[in-house]
Amino acid sequence: MARYLLKRLGLAIITLILLSVIIFFAGQVLPGNPARSILGPLAAESAVRALDHQLGVDRPLVTQYWSWITGMLHGNMGESYQYQSAVEPLLRSALVNSAKLAALALVVIVPLGILGGVVAALNVGRAVDRIISLTGLSAATVPEFVSGIVVIVIFSVVLKLLPASAQAPAGSSFFTQLRYLLLPAVPLVFVLFGYIARMARAGTIEALESDYVRTATLKGLRRQVVIWRHVLRNSLLPTITVIATQTGYLIGGLVVVETLFNYQGIGNLIFQAAKDKDFPMLEAGVLTVGVVYMVATVIADVLTTLLNPRLRTEVTQ
Amino acid sequence: MSEIVAMPPGIVVSEAEQREQPAWRLLLRRPAFVIGAAILLFWVVCAIFGTDFAPHNPLAQNLFAGNKPPSGAHWFGTDQLGRDMFSRVIAGSRSILIIAPLATLLATVLGTALGLALGYLGGVVDTLVSRIVEAVLALPAIIIIFLFVVALGVSTLNEILIIGFIFTPLIARTVRSAVQVERQLDYVPAARLLGERRSRMMFVEVLPNVMPTVLVEFTVRLGYAIFAVATLAFLGFGVQLSTPNWGTDISANYVLLGAGYWWETLFPALAIATLIIAINLLADSVEQVLAG
Repeated sequence: MARYLLKRLGLAIITLILLSVIIFFAGQVLPGNPARSILGPLAAESAVRALDHQLGVDRPLVTQYWSWITGMLHGNMGESYQYQSAVEPLLRSALVNSAKLAALALVVIVPLGILGGVVAALNVGRAVDRIISLTGLSAATVPEFVSGIVVIVIFSVVLKLLPASAQAPAGSSFFTQLRYLLLPAVPLVFVLFGYIARMARAGTIEALESDYVRTATLKGLRRQVVIWRHVLRNSLLPTITVIATQTGYLIGGLVVVETLFNYQGIGNLIFQAAKDKDFPMLEAGVLTVGVVYMVATVIADVLTTLLNPRLRTEVTQ
Repeated sequence: MSEIVAMPPGIVVSEAEQREQPAWRLLLRRPAFVIGAAILLFWVVCAIFGTDFAPHNPLAQNLFAGNKPPSGAHWFGTDQLGRDMFSRVIAGSRSILIIAPLATLLATVLGTALGLALGYLGGVVDTLVSRIVEAVLALPAIIIIFLFVVALGVSTLNEILIIGFIFTPLIARTVRSAVQVERQLDYVPAARLLGERRSRMMFVEVLPNVMPTVLVEFTVRLGYAIFAVATLAFLGFGVQLSTPNWGTDISANYVLLGAGYWWETLFPALAIATLIIAINLLADSVEQVLAG
C-alpha cells in the first residue's frame, strides 16, 4: 500500500512539474511587454527597460523559470502587475471564495446525482431511465452562463426571491452568504449532475448484475435490503472517482459563473489576469488550479483503493 | 409445440434484419435523432438565410425604442440600441455554426491520426505523449482555450485552430484505446504476416474498424465545441461577423438583468440551449446505434 501511495504521488508530482513548465512557457508566448503595460504607451524606452530589469524579465528564460518555481515552493508567488501588491493574499481570498461556492454545489449535487443515477439504473431501459440520462446529458452540455441566466430571470427578476449577484456584503452571516450563493451554485449543479448520475447509473447496473446480488436475492433478502446493503455500497466506488475528476471542470465552470454573478473567486481572478496580461497572477492562479486538481485526483485514487479490497490486494501484489 | 418452434426463427430474423439495415435508417427510427436533426436543420437554415427572412434588419438601430419588452411588433423585445431581438436571435447562429463544426473536424482528423499512431506504435513516444496530455488535461479546457485566445487574438481562424488543437489529445486518447483493442484481434497479425507495411496496416486495416468510435467522438465533441465557442463569446471573445452573435449579445446585455431587461439576454441564451440540446440528442442516438 505504501509503495502504491508513493508511486501515485510520484506520478502526480511529475505531472505537476510538466504542467508548471507548460504554464510558464505558455505565459512567455503571450504578447506584450510587462513593463510597457504597467507604465503605459507614453513611458520612455529607458524607463521601460529599467522596469524590465527590476522585474527580472530580461534574464534568460531558464533562470526566470527556476526563480519562479523555487519562489512558488517557498510560498512566494511574486507581485501582481495589475494590483501592484503580492499575489499570495489576493489568490488566497479568491480561493476561499471559490471553495465556498464549490462546496455548496458539491453538497447539493452529490446526493442528487447519486439518487438520479440509482433511480435510472433500477429502471434501466424504461422511460424514467431515458429521461434522467438525456436530461443529465443535456444539462451537462448547456453552458453555465445559459442555465445561470435562466435561473437569474426566474428567481431574481421575476420572483424577486434571491439576489442576482453572488457577492454578499462584507461581514455577512453564514446564512446571508448562503442565500447569495444559492443561484450561482445552480449552473454548477446542472453541469455536474449528468456526469455523476451517469457514473452512479453504470456502477449500479454493474452491481445489480453481479453474482453477490443474485445470491443475496436468492437467499431471500428483501429487495430494499439488497439495494441498500449490497448494491449501493459497490455502485458508489466509481462515483467517488468522477466527483474528484470533475473538480477540474468545476473550476472551469467557476470562471463563467463568477463572471456572470460578479463574484471575487479564483476563476474571475484568472480571467481578469489573462485579460490584463498580469503574468505573475495568471501563472500562480493557473498553477493553483492544477495543484487543486492533482490533489483531488490523488485523494480519489487512494479512497477508491482503500474502499475496494480487490483493488487493494492487486495493488500490493 | 408449434409455438416453441416458431419463436426462435422469429427472433433470429429480427436480429438479422437489424444488422442488415444501414445505420442511417436505424437513426431515422429514433425520435431523439429526428427531433435533434430538425432543430439543427432549423438553425443551419437560419445561419445561412436568417437575414433574409427575419422580420426586421437585425442591425438596424432605433435609439428611441431601446430596451422595449416583448410586444406584437417585437416578439423578443429590443436591445439598448433598439435593435429587434427576435431578428438578432434568428440571424445569430452563423459564427457558432461555422467555428464549432470546423474546429471539431480538425480535432477529429488530427486526433484520429495521433490516436492511431500512439495506439499502434506504442512504446516511449506513447508514454511521453500520454504524460503531456494528462498534464494539459489537469486544467479545465475552457481556461486553456481562453489563454490562447488572449495570446493570439480573436478571429474565426484562430478560434477554429485553438479549439481544434485543444480537442485533439482528447480524441486521440479515445481512438488510442480503441486501436489497442483492435490490435489484439486476429486480422492484425494476419495482415502483418502477409507483409503489409505499417502505414497501410494503420489506415487501411485498423482505421475502418475504429470509425464508429471516431464518429461517436465527433458528435460528442461537437457539443463541447459549441459549448466552448458560446462561452468564449460570453467572456467577451466573440468573433465579430456582419451578423449578430448570441454569445456576444448575452455578454453585452447580461449586466442589464438587474434592471429587469431580461429579454435581451434570455432569448439568445435559450437559442444556445436549444442548439446544444439538439446536438446532444444527435450524439446520443449515434452512440446508441453504433455502439449497440
